[in-house]
Amino acid sequence: MRLLEYQAKSLFAEYGIPIPKGLTSTDIEQGRKDANALGFPFVIKAQMAVGGRGKAGAIQKCHNADEFELKYPEIMQKVVKGEKTKAILLEKMADIKKELYLSLFLNRGKRCYTIITSSEGGVEIESVKSQIIREVGLGNVDAKTAEEVGKEIGLKDKSLAQFVDILQKLSKVTVEKEAELAEINPLAILKDDSLVALDGKVIIDDNSMFRHDELRKFQEISELEEKAEKSGFSLVELDGNIAVVGNGAGLVMSTLDMLSDHGGKPACFLDVGGGATTETVYEALTLISKMKKVKGILVNLYGGIVKTTTVATAFIKAYENKVIDIPVFARMSGSEADKSKEMLKGSRTKMFDTIEEAINAAVIEVNKNG
Amino acid sequence: MVDLFELLIGKEGENDYKKKPVIVQGITGKFGSFHTQQMRAYGTNIVAGVTPGKGGQKIEEIPIYENMKDAVSATGAKISIVFVPAKFFLSAAIDALESGIKLLIAIPEHVPVKDALTVVDLAKKKDAIVIGPNTPGIIIPGVIKIGIMPASPFKPGRIAVLSRSGTLMYEVSHNLSLANFGQSICLGIGGDPINGTPLIEAFERIRNGTNVDGVVVVGEIGGDAEEMLAQHIIDTKFDKPVVAYIAGRAAPKEKRMGHAGAIIYGNYGSAESKVSMYAKANVPVAKRPAEVPMLLAGKMEKGRIK
Repeated sequence: MRLLEYQAKSLFAEYGIPIPKGLTSTDIEQGRKDANALGFPFVIKAQMAVGGRGKAGAIQKCHNADEFELKYPEIMQKVVKGEKTKAILLEKMADIKKELYLSLFLNRGKRCYTIITSSEGGVEIESVKSQIIREVGLGNVDAKTAEEVGKEIGLKDKSLAQFVDILQKLSKVTVEKEAELAEINPLAILKDDSLVALDGKVIIDDNSMFRHDELRKFQEISELEEKAEKSGFSLVELDGNIAVVGNGAGLVMSTLDMLSDHGGKPACFLDVGGGATTETVYEALTLISKMKKVKGILVNLYGGIVKTTTVATAFIKAYENKVIDIPVFARMSGSEADKSKEMLKGSRTKMFDTIEEAINAAVIEVNKNG
Repeated sequence: MVDLFELLIGKEGENDYKKKPVIVQGITGKFGSFHTQQMRAYGTNIVAGVTPGKGGQKIEEIPIYENMKDAVSATGAKISIVFVPAKFFLSAAIDALESGIKLLIAIPEHVPVKDALTVVDLAKKKDAIVIGPNTPGIIIPGVIKIGIMPASPFKPGRIAVLSRSGTLMYEVSHNLSLANFGQSICLGIGGDPINGTPLIEAFERIRNGTNVDGVVVVGEIGGDAEEMLAQHIIDTKFDKPVVAYIAGRAAPKEKRMGHAGAIIYGNYGSAESKVSMYAKANVPVAKRPAEVPMLLAGKMEKGRIK
């Protein structure tokens, strides 16, 4: 779960990491109140889970009420890399002397957390050459380590002491909230040598959420995705018109790739999971029926523990109850595949021996129907 | 370092050669009991189960113990497979590793990263191998199946299959079997961000197997396991044929594609990054699972079962 900037900053504030004064709103009326409370000038920042907001005009300075009336609605309408503005943060401007980079990051390859810090902040860290990287096991950072990396990026005196304090607090956020990433970019040094977190990016380990009820308020998934999660399968909504269904995340991804290679446009990724039953597959089809853009369903099943007949039964039931009325293109291999073919004869589910054939037919049919 | 094949098969002449004893943790659950039957039907020697609160009972003649210490001391098993729900995985794994288990197969999905890291750390100290979490397990076709995979896709042979995905391991092995490339071992790495045995380490454990003529690596987007493996193949001048497959080329960025570990941040974890590193290591990458045996045939002429 990726937190929005203001959510990450609320965690920072809870742990004592300094942040600029700011207020968050989702409509202009509240925004005006926030503007009055904060006082001009300030920065208007679109809250969206994506990088590159500055370049895209989703972060703008605002000096007076006239500007506010223009810019607030403009930024509210922004879409950057497909992400819409979820809320707006108004934030006091800081008197910046220098910008640093600081993060704690789960290094999957090394299987430990790493501190990444740099004397160059405010840009994407991938583009920065002078990075200091330090492995820190499960994410705990002691004062000595914090001081060492602080010195390595050239800090001293007051700034160094503050850096040590912030890094240790960031480590606490990471460990206690079970974050895969906690990033401050930029971490600004102000004119008086004090430090402040100008931005915040925190990604929480979804699998640890059962221990973190306090973070549920930040969870934002679409209604359909939430329903899918409750039924035990994973759903990712996409832009196209062919729903892709299968068992196993890898197999569904692979089907998505092949469909795209053939010029098809996936409408969703739906993994019914290893424990699929007739009921859960029926539930999955019900979800898909609610996605109006879907013009066809592509099914790729490798029947093993889950029998293909389990799935075939769900399709027959879905047609009978008129849950779906669009064509289905299916490849079912493995356990009881022949029986499934027999069962689905004469229905709107067309069966194919290979996934390649099923994809071809799906793309042709869906394109034909516009 | 403990030898994986020796743990799984043993040595000729040993009493339990090809019949290594296995303990099932969470044996009385719906999933655990079902797969216990399936594994047994395949010939796996399940000697004990563990379910706290049900010690002293039996399930299909298999004795159940309160904890791993009792189960291990009664059976001498070095292998266990864990079916408990994710939130109980940490304590089950600690129980197993502290009791002398040397190979732990971790089936549960949705194990928190922190718990996985803790188990990885303990396994290192105990010189034990952890496979998973979120793995389908390990199968040596015709010998032993410790996992949840169906039996039908796999045929005995001389190709090792390492996979980050369950169903794709079945799909690719099925395609290999159809093309007469049997398998010496199929090992699921697991779909999580943190693997008990990462791809590169799994590769190290099978590379010198005298029963391994070639390796198929089934990967997916997320992380940099494939990139690290490609570099490792270059560095160690591995000379057996390797063929790869990567799922998720069409996946959007920053979206978790079913597996907790299948997510791209920026360029980190992208399919392009993996394909380009494999190209440097002279490892061909199949566009679809059915292409794997063709690419493999191009790289080798031996290793086919008659």
